Amino acid sequence: MGTGLLPVPYAMKFRLDYIPKQVCQKVVSERLKEMRIAFSFNALGHLVVETEVSPALLTEINKALAPYGISLSETGKNDIVNDIKKAVEELVYSGDMRKFTTSVYLSKKLGYSYSYLSNLFSEETYTSIENFIILRKIEYAKRLIIAGDMSLTEIAFKLDYSSVAHLSGQFKKVTGLTPTAFLRILEKRNLKTKNL
Amino acid sequence: MSTKPMKVVLVDDDEDDRMFFSDALQEIELDTDLQEFNNGQELLNFLNRPEAELPQLIFLDLNMPVMDGFECLKNIRSNPELENLVVAIYSTSSSERDIEETFVNGANIYINKPNKFEELKKTIAQVVKRNWQYEENEMDKANFLFRI
Repeated sequence: MGTGLLPVPYAMKFRLDYIPKQVCQKVVSERLKEMRIAFSFNALGHLVVETEVSPALLTEINKALAPYGISLSETGKNDIVNDIKKAVEELVYSGDMRKFTTSVYLSKKLGYSYSYLSNLFSEETYTSIENFIILRKIEYAKRLIIAGDMSLTEIAFKLDYSSVAHLSGQFKKVTGLTPTAFLRILEKRNLKTKNL
Repeated sequence: MSTKPMKVVLVDDDEDDRMFFSDALQEIELDTDLQEFNNGQELLNFLNRPEAELPQLIFLDLNMPVMDGFECLKNIRSNPELENLVVAIYSTSSSERDIEETFVNGANIYINKPNKFEELKKTIAQVVKRNWQYEENEMDKANFLFRI
């Protein structure tokens, strides 16, 4: 005994639990401070560098971050469009639509003027931000209707419609169906699937 | 943002209607690739080929010889490999019973065939764009229902 060659009988294993965003931001913050680069993180977790980043400087930063498996790339139009979609979804699904004016919310969250975001979104997709919001709200309304836990009045309130009539009208405009007809179809469909 | 053309299928036994549709689709300047079939059976034969590249959107007439749209829709929805296909019923029938029956059997969209060319262009564009939005945003296809 005591040769040191035998496996330690009481060796313990630990699972690593970590928050990737937090770890990543900490590492990036430390390296950038060392490089004396002024920066911040915006609400979406994007790195905002307060001076112009030349291609040479970007290479230098990426070199410093490479050992941690982190790399930076410039946000393109597609990234911004995806960020808009993500922010809209967050807003719609939060059920807090009443508290915010969408244009102000998006503008603050993404750090661009609403007119810039709106033009970019229309250029890059087949639709406007306003239409995308309506589509998402109706999708959420569908889910809530199917879940069956809330009345149409409650759903209308949650999604910031002024009345059930307003919600029903927009639902009908988007789907061609009333919320009641939609639910009836889904119920019949489910019944059919169960009976197969 | 999608770079590949959207694969669209039209199933209609009326040759004039197929030409009318195809001309309208070409004029709306969306990147699509159209394939046509005469009836439901022809479509199923195509979809069931092992090498078949599945379309993203099917426009399906209801009244057709050999196999009608109802039967074809039921066949599509009973095949788990085809359950995510988006099916738009494209019919002259405006009967509420037909509309509800097709939705219950798994249709995603119900279109009353427009008679005017400009209206048809508008309708097709609306359907193609909406389907594209659903694909781009990975929305739940099971709840994707609308009628025009």
